[in-house]
This record gives sequence, structure tokens and C-alpha cells, in this order.
Amino acid sequence: MISAESRVRLAAKARLRFDRKSSRYMLLYPERGLVLNPTAADVLQRCDGERTVDSIVEELARQYGHERPAVEREVMTFLQTMADRGLVQAVA
Amino acid sequence: MSGVERPYTLVAELTYRCPLRCVYCSNPLDYGRHRDELDTETWLRVLREAEDLGVVQLNLTGGEPLVRDDLEVLIAEARRLDLYTNLITSGIPLARERLAKFRAAGLDNVQVSVQDVSAKESDRLAGLNSFEKKLEVCAWVKELGFPLTLNTVLHRENLDHVADIVALAERLGADRLELANTQYLGWALPNRAALLPTGEQLARAREVAAEARRRLRGQMEVLFVTPDYYTDLPKACMDGWGRRFIVLSPDGLALPCHAAHTLPGLRFESVREHPLGDIWRDSAGFGAFRRESWMPEPCRSCERRGIDFGGCRCQAFHLTGNAAATDPACRLSPDHHLIETARREAADAKPARFLYRSLRGVAAERQSS
Repeated sequence: MISAESRVRLAAKARLRFDRKSSRYMLLYPERGLVLNPTAADVLQRCDGERTVDSIVEELARQYGHERPAVEREVMTFLQTMADRGLVQAVA
Repeated sequence: MSGVERPYTLVAELTYRCPLRCVYCSNPLDYGRHRDELDTETWLRVLREAEDLGVVQLNLTGGEPLVRDDLEVLIAEARRLDLYTNLITSGIPLARERLAKFRAAGLDNVQVSVQDVSAKESDRLAGLNSFEKKLEVCAWVKELGFPLTLNTVLHRENLDHVADIVALAERLGADRLELANTQYLGWALPNRAALLPTGEQLARAREVAAEARRRLRGQMEVLFVTPDYYTDLPKACMDGWGRRFIVLSPDGLALPCHAAHTLPGLRFESVREHPLGDIWRDSAGFGAFRRESWMPEPCRSCERRGIDFGGCRCQAFHLTGNAAATDPACRLSPDHHLIETARREAADAKPARFLYRSLRGVAAERQSS
């Protein structure tokens, strides 16, 4: 489970790539890929194994000028979905 | 917009050579006619042209890609182009030092096939003593920090072993397990009577895989690809003809799928003579079954036509003689009885008699085990 204190990183099999055709980031993994919306890309670019989920929320709330609770809900839901798909991991 | 979408994946069939002789190999039966392999320079150019077209995924496959001595160079160029590169291999022949070089060159993922969970069965299906070596290669893959995909092609002889295959994948630390039921094309079609499972077998295996998927969620991805002989709906073959994929044959033909060059009457161009982008956009072969204008009924008015794209053109041809027919896997196909007959025959268990992959193409060998 992903918690606010989790330090998160991309799974070994996943890699971010900027796609100049769509001007979006893609998350690539074996035989598949996700085209990311800008928010998703902002989150995943910060999944470096150093930052906690909490600090990612903090940064994005500031960057977007949005209320923190709303950003937190969105980021947590997204990261848990990605973790369930094996694309993001909490660092032990 | 030219109306032609971008391709996302280049399947580079670097060679049809392979030390294994798997009875369900997807290479064409006449693979011996395509022995004039592209050189390194041409492959490097093709990678650049593919990336320029929009390709982001590169599958290095074959045959056995390891028999090419320029893999390191191709991987390095793919990495420079920021392609996600997946090596699809039997693991033979490979030394740990060479695998470490692939890692340094930027290879993203390694997919190793095992034919079954015991050396005896696995080696019988592969026609080569290879199982123990494969396990060693899987261990190297993990030691060197690669993600590991374990792949097993499923059929009548190993479907009852799916629980053990899952356990093996867990023991090897696989990140992904691909349980792919045999597609009855290439060498698998003449071996269909020996390979096609029963519906009961398949249902049990699917349940085992589903349980493993739930239990291993977030830890190991468990994929189970159901054979279209039992779905009553056609598969979205290649996500649609000429829509997402380019397959490049060892001798340079750009194809919409692995077996498109086995279809009569279609012309496919070689990257030796044409830039990849020109072929993708303008080739008559790529255009033949693109979009919907080629579709017969019941496909043409079917609400699923944008989901399954009419199924597999090669299966349609190899079962009915007409590549433009509705895939017989579809319950709405007038030829669906061909599939139903094959299922009934699968229910009457017969002793397996395998046709092993070989250059001669016709040398049936009886199993003595």
C-alpha cells in the first residue's frame, strides 16, 4: 500500500519518455505504454525513490495553486493504481 | 493528418535462425527462404526511421536474436533513440558477460521463454536440451538488475502445469509472467491436433492464473492470453492491420504481422529499397486490410469491428483460403464450424505427434518418450 510517508519510485520495468509526436510524456513498459496527462507526468517525474508522497503532494499543490487535500486525494489514488499495476513501487 | 496513424512498436525479427526447434514456432514454415539477413548498417537506419515515424517500443526477436553478433550495437542505438527495448529470447546461446554488455548498452527488459516446468518436458517441446541453461540465464537477468519477463507458450501438454509455472516465475523473481496460449499459425498449425487443449483444461488454467494475478498484484504481472479457438470472438490481431505495429522480417520485408508474407497476392516492400516511412504510409500490402473498407459482412456492420478489426488475416487465410474472410474464430463467421470441429477433435485425446521446426519443413518425427 502507498501511504503519505512512502518513498516511491518507478518499477524497474517502467521508463518515462517524452513523446514529441503528442507532446506528452509516456510511461513505457514491456510491450505497453501509457500516454500521460500533464498531472500524471508531473507526479511520475517526481517518483525518484527520494521524495515521499507527502512531499510530492506539497510540491504539486504549490505548483498548481490548488488546495492540498484535493491534490493529495488525486495523487494517492493515482499512485495506488500505478502500484497495483506494478509500475510504481514504494521503496522498502 | 495523412489519415495513417503512427506505429508504436517495431518488432525486429533479426533472424529466423534458432538453436531450438519449438513445435509452435511462429516463424513461417518456409523460413529457410529468408536467409539473406539485413546487415547492421541497415538495421541501424531502420531504427532511426522507425523512431522518426513515432515508434517508441522495440522488440528484438527472431528466431533467436542472440545468434546475431551485432545485438550490442543495435541496443545502444535504440537507447540513444530512447526506444523501450525488449529482448525476446530463449536465452541460448548466451554468456553472462554478454548479457552485462546489453545492460551497459541500455537494454530495458529481458523476456526469457521456458517451454514447461521440468527439463524433460521443456526440452522435448524445444527439441533441445536447454531448460537448465534458461534458468541460469533468468538468474543472471535478475542479478544484473534487469526486469525479467518469463514467457511460456501454453497448450494441451503444459496447461495443467500453470500453478507450477507461476511458482517457477516467483522463484526466479520474474517481474512479469506471460502465459500465452498457442496461436495456431506458423508451426503450430500443422501441430494443432497435438497442441490444442480442451475447454475444461483451459478453464482450469485460466482460474489458476486469475488467482495468481490477485495474489501477486503489484509484485508480478500475470498475463493470460486465451486462445481464440475458445473465445468465440476473434482477437484484435496486432491491434489492427497496419495500425500500431511494424514487423520487420530478417531479410528486410516490412510487414503488418509476423506471417503477412505467407498471404498470397499481397506485395510487401523491403527496407533495402525503400525508407520505412514510405512503406508504412504507401505500401499496398499495409493498405490491404487497413481500416474497414476491405471488410465483408458480418464484420462490416458489426459493432465490434473497431475492437477486433475483423480478427486475424493470416488465420482467415490459413483456415479458409481467403485472407479477406471474417476470422473463423468469430462465432458470426460462416466458417466458424472449422474452429468447432478442431475443438471437438481436441476433446478426443490423441498421442502427441510433433512436427519439429526445421529447414526442410516437412520432417515429422514421432516422439519416443
